[in-house]
Amino acid sequence: MREFSWIIPALPLLSFILIIFFTRENRKLSSGISIASIVIGFVYAVALLLRQIGDNTPFEMTYAWAVFPTITLEVGIWIDALTTIMLVVVTTVSMLVQIYSLGYMHDDPRYSRYYSYLSLFTFSMLGLVLANNFFLIFVFWELVGLTSYLLIGFFFEKKSAADAGKKAFITTRIGDFGFMIGVILVAAYMGTLNYQEVFHGAANGMIPPAILTIAAIGIFCGAVGKSAQFPLHVWLPDAMEGPTPVSALIHAATMVAAGVYLVARSMELYMHSETAAMVVAIIGIITSLLAASIALVQNDIKRILAYSTVSQLGYMIMALGLSSFTAGTLHLMTHAFFKACLFLCSGSVIHAVHTQNVQSMGGLRHKMPITYATMLIATLSIAGIFPFSGFWSKDEIVASTVGHPIFNVLTLLVAFMTAFYMFRLIFLTFHGKPRDEHAYEHAHESPKSMTFPLIVLAILSICAGWVAIPWLEHGYSMFAYHHEPHHAHAHWDIMIISTLVAVAGIGLAWLMYIKGAISPQKLGQRFKALYTLLLNKWYFDEIYDAAVIKPVLAFTRGLWTFDGGVIDWIVNAFGRFTVWLAKVKQWFDQHIVDGAVNGIGYTIWGFGAIIRQVQTGKVQFYGFAIVFGLVVILLARVI
Amino acid sequence: MEFPILSVMIFTPLLGMIIVMMINKEKHNLIKWTSTLISVLPLILSLIILFQYDSSTAEMQFVEKSSWIPSLSIQYFLGVDGLSVPMLFLTALLSTISLIVSFHIQKRVKEYFAFFLLLEAGMMGVFCALDFFLFYIFWEVMLVPMYFLIGVWGGPRKEYAAIKFFLYTLFGSIFMLVGILVLYLKTGTLDMLELIELGPTYSHAMQNWIWVAFFLAFAIKVPIFPFHTWLPDAHVEAPTAVSIILAGVLLKMGTYGFLRISYPMLPHGTQFFAYPFAILGVIGIIYGALVSMAQKDLKKLVAYSSVSHMGYCVLGMGVFFINSEGAAHITGLAGCIFQMFSHGLITGALFLLVGVLYDRAHTREIAAFGGLGAKLPVYTALMTAFAMASLGLPGMSGFVAEFMVFVGAFASPDFQVMTGIAVIGVVLTAGYILRMVQRVFLGEFNVKWKDLTEINGREIFAVAPLLILTLALGVYPKPLVNMISATLENIVYLVMR
Repeated sequence: MREFSWIIPALPLLSFILIIFFTRENRKLSSGISIASIVIGFVYAVALLLRQIGDNTPFEMTYAWAVFPTITLEVGIWIDALTTIMLVVVTTVSMLVQIYSLGYMHDDPRYSRYYSYLSLFTFSMLGLVLANNFFLIFVFWELVGLTSYLLIGFFFEKKSAADAGKKAFITTRIGDFGFMIGVILVAAYMGTLNYQEVFHGAANGMIPPAILTIAAIGIFCGAVGKSAQFPLHVWLPDAMEGPTPVSALIHAATMVAAGVYLVARSMELYMHSETAAMVVAIIGIITSLLAASIALVQNDIKRILAYSTVSQLGYMIMALGLSSFTAGTLHLMTHAFFKACLFLCSGSVIHAVHTQNVQSMGGLRHKMPITYATMLIATLSIAGIFPFSGFWSKDEIVASTVGHPIFNVLTLLVAFMTAFYMFRLIFLTFHGKPRDEHAYEHAHESPKSMTFPLIVLAILSICAGWVAIPWLEHGYSMFAYHHEPHHAHAHWDIMIISTLVAVAGIGLAWLMYIKGAISPQKLGQRFKALYTLLLNKWYFDEIYDAAVIKPVLAFTRGLWTFDGGVIDWIVNAFGRFTVWLAKVKQWFDQHIVDGAVNGIGYTIWGFGAIIRQVQTGKVQFYGFAIVFGLVVILLARVI
Repeated sequence: MEFPILSVMIFTPLLGMIIVMMINKEKHNLIKWTSTLISVLPLILSLIILFQYDSSTAEMQFVEKSSWIPSLSIQYFLGVDGLSVPMLFLTALLSTISLIVSFHIQKRVKEYFAFFLLLEAGMMGVFCALDFFLFYIFWEVMLVPMYFLIGVWGGPRKEYAAIKFFLYTLFGSIFMLVGILVLYLKTGTLDMLELIELGPTYSHAMQNWIWVAFFLAFAIKVPIFPFHTWLPDAHVEAPTAVSIILAGVLLKMGTYGFLRISYPMLPHGTQFFAYPFAILGVIGIIYGALVSMAQKDLKKLVAYSSVSHMGYCVLGMGVFFINSEGAAHITGLAGCIFQMFSHGLITGALFLLVGVLYDRAHTREIAAFGGLGAKLPVYTALMTAFAMASLGLPGMSGFVAEFMVFVGAFASPDFQVMTGIAVIGVVLTAGYILRMVQRVFLGEFNVKWKDLTEINGREIFAVAPLLILTLALGVYPKPLVNMISATLENIVYLVMR
C-alpha cells in the first residue's frame, strides 16, 4: 500500500484544481470536495502509520525528474516512522481545521477560494513530508510558503494583512537563501540530493567537514525562516492577520513545524558536524526565551499564541540541536495538537466577541463552556501538567538538556514563563468579570462544526503524548528513531522539577489575575523599561526597518539614479558626441570639402563662361574663325 | 529533395507581409486576421520540427545548403540543432500571441502588421542561418521593422527610444561585422560550421580580439550590464506586442549568439574571458533586481527584471569554464538555455498582462493602482501566477532554470562566493515582485478604477499557452532538457578543444 501513498497529497491537489476551475460558484460543493479529499488522505495516513508500526522498515520509491551529467534530480517518496507520524499529524489537523472553517468562514464571500487555498496548502505540506530528497523538499517548501502568503493575505483589502503576507514571504525567503546554498553545496560535492545517499556520504566523509558544516548551517537557515526562529521570527506574529483557522493549521501546527521536520530529517548531517548542531541548539534556546518573554505582556490573544508558537518551536529546535531526535519530534507532534486546539479556541472566542484584545474579554467561561473546557485542557498541556500530552514531550525536552547546565536552566525558565503567560491568557479571557459588557452580552458558544474539532483536539492534547510514557518501553522513541533506540529511564527528578516550575508559573498568574495579590499595572510601572521593551517585542521590527529595509530601498533608488545619471548618461553622451562629430564633419564638408569641390566647380564654370563667349552659334563667326585660324597657321608655316 | 521546412518557415511571414500589403488599408479586420492566421503556419511548422527533431545527436538537422554568391563563397545555408529548435518554437509562438494582442491597434494598421511579419521572418532567419553572411542579413533585417514599430506605434518618447535602440544595436553589429570579416579574410569561408571546425587554429590573440568584438554585439542584445540602458527605454515606449517580442525573442539572440558563435568558434577566447563574463552575470542579477525595486512604472519594473533574469543566463554560461573538469559543469549551461526559454514565456506574459492593464487604465504607474484584486480577480490571478514564476517559485519553469544555473555555478570552487552573492538575487526578486503585487492588487480598492473591465477572452486566449508551458516545464522539464543536452555536450566539447 505504500506504493500508492502519493495519493495522499494528490487528492488535495485535485481538489484545488477542481475548485479553482469548476466548482468556484458552488460554495457547498467546494468545501465538500476539499474536506472529502482530506478525509480520505487522513484514513490512508492512519493506515500507513499502523502498517509502519507493524513493520518498521523504511520504504522508498523514486523517479528521475531531470538528468544531468553531474546530478540527477529526483521525484520520490520516502516513508519511515517519522514520515507516517507527520502524515497523520498534518492530515488530522488539516481535516479538523477544514471542518471548523465550515462555521468560521461561513459568511465569507471568498469561501470557495479559501477552501482551494487550504487544499493547495495541504497538498504542498504533505508533499514536503513525503519527499525523499532535498530538492523535492525544497520545492514543496516554497509551495507551502506560497500558500502561507496567499492565506495570510486572504483579507487582502486590509493593508496590514497584505503587508503581513509580503513580510512572511520575504523573511522566509531570506532563510531559503541559505537553504538553497546548503542544498546546492551538497549537490555540488556529493552529486546527489537523495536523503539516504547524502547521509551515507556524510558519514563516509564524501564532503569536507568545513563544507558539511556550511551546508548544514545553510539548510538550518531554511528552518530558521520557516519555523520563525531568531532572528527571522518577526514574520510569524504578523501572520496572525490571516483567518484564525489558517493560523491554527499553517502558523501553529504544520507549516511552521516544517523547519523542525527538516532539521529532524537531516539529523544525520548534524551528527557529523558539532558546530552546526551547536548553532542549531543556541538559536533554538535564544528564540525560545525571546518569544516567551514577549508573550508575557502581549494583549492580542492571537499574538500571545503566536509568540508561544515561536517559543515552542525554539524548544524543538534546541532539542534537535542537542541531538535529541525523540524530544524534538515528539514535541512537534504534541504541540501540533494542543496549539491547533488553542488557536481554534481563540478563533471561537474572537468569533463570539469580535475582538482580539484579552483586556476587553473576561468571564467568558459561562457563555462558552465547551470553548473554555477545551482551551483549558490545551493550556494545561502546553504548560506541561501531568498527565497531559505536553507533560511527556516537555519532559523529553528538559531531559535533552541534561549535561548542558545553561540550556537546562534556560529551558526551565521558559517552561515557567510558558505556564505563566498561558494562564494569564486563560484568566483574562474566561475568568473574572467581563470587562466589556457589550461584547459579553453578545457572546455565544460557537456552532457544532466549530466545537467538534475543539473536542477532538482537546482529546488529542491529553492523549497524544501517552505514546512516550517511559513505562511503556519508550514506545515512541523506539518507533520513531529506529537507528538508535532511546534508552532513557524515567527521569523522576526532571518530572518533579518541571512540574513544580509549571505550577509556580500558574500560581503567579493566579496571584496576579485572579487573586489580585500582585497588580500587573504596578509591576509594569516598577519595571517600566523592561515592560516597554517586551511590549514592543524588543524593537525587532523597528531595528530591521531602520537598519535593513530603509537602507536597501534608499540604495535601490540611488542605483536607479546611477543607472540614469551615469550609465545612460554615458550612452547618451556618446550619442551626442556622435551628433556633434557629425556636425563638425558637416561644417568641414560644407566649407572645406565642398569648398574645394565647389572651388573646382567655380573655376571650371569661370573658364566655361569665358569659353562660352566663343560659342555664339553664328555661322558667319565660325566661318570667320576658321578662315582666321587657317591664315594664322599658314602664316606660321611661312614664317 | 526534402521539403525545405526551414525556408518555408522563414519565408511564410515574408510572403504574408506582401499579401498584407496588397490588402486595402481600410479593411482592418481582414488585415489583422490574415496576418494572425499566416503566423500560425510557422508555428505549426516549428511544432513539427520540435517533434521530428532527433535529440540524440548534435548534428545540424533539416539542413538546406546551396551556393548563393559563389565568387565570395557565400551560401544559402540553414539548419537547426538543440539550441535553435526551442528558440524557433518560442519565436513562432510569441509572434502569433503578439499578433493576437495587437488587435486593438487602430493607427496605420496595414503597415503595423506588415512590419510585424517582416520582423518574424528576420527572427526566424537568425535562428536558422548557418552562413555568416546570411546570419548578418537576418540580424540586421530585424532591426528595421523593430525601429518602425517602436518609432511609429510607441509611447510619448517613441522617437528617442527607437533611435536609441536602433543605433545602440547597430553599434554592436558593426563590431560583429568586423569580427566576421576578420574571420573571413583569415579562412576564406563564411560557413559557420567550417569556421567552428577551424576554431582552435586561430591564434590566441586573434581569438581574444574577435571575442571582444562579438561580445559587444551580443552583450548589447542580451543586455549585459552596463550595456542595458536601451532596454527600459525601448520597453516603456514600445507597444505591448513589441515588448513581448523584444523581451521574449530579441534578448535571446544575444545569448544565442554567444552559444552559437563565440563559444564554439573561439574556444580560447571563451576560456580567457570566462571569469569576467561570469562576474558580469552576477552583477546583472543583483543590479537588475535592485534597480527594479526602485521602479514606479510597471513596464520599467518588468524591463529591469529582464536585466536581472538574463543575468542568470550569463552566469550559467560564464561560470561554465572556470576550473571546469570536462563536462562537469554542463548543468549551468543547460540552466542558461532553460532560462532563455523560460524567461521568454514568463516575461512575455508579464508584458502582455501589463499591456492589458495599460489599455484599460492608460497608466502604468504602480502607485496609481491598489486593491485591484477585488475588482479583477481573473486578471489578478494571472498576474500573480506570472509574478510567482518570475520570482522563481518551484513548479514554474523559472525555478528549474535558476536552480540549474546555481548547481552549475557552485560546481566551480573558485566561484562559490560569487555564486553565493548571486543567490541573494532570489531574495531581492521576491522583494520587488511582491511589492509590486501588493501595491497594484492588494490593499484598499482605489475607487478611481471602479469602471475597469476584466481581462477579456481574447487576451486570456493569448496568455493561456504561456501559462500552460510555464507550468508544464516547471513540473516536467525533462523534454526540454533532453532536447538540448546532446547539443550542449557538443558545445562543451568544442570549447574544451
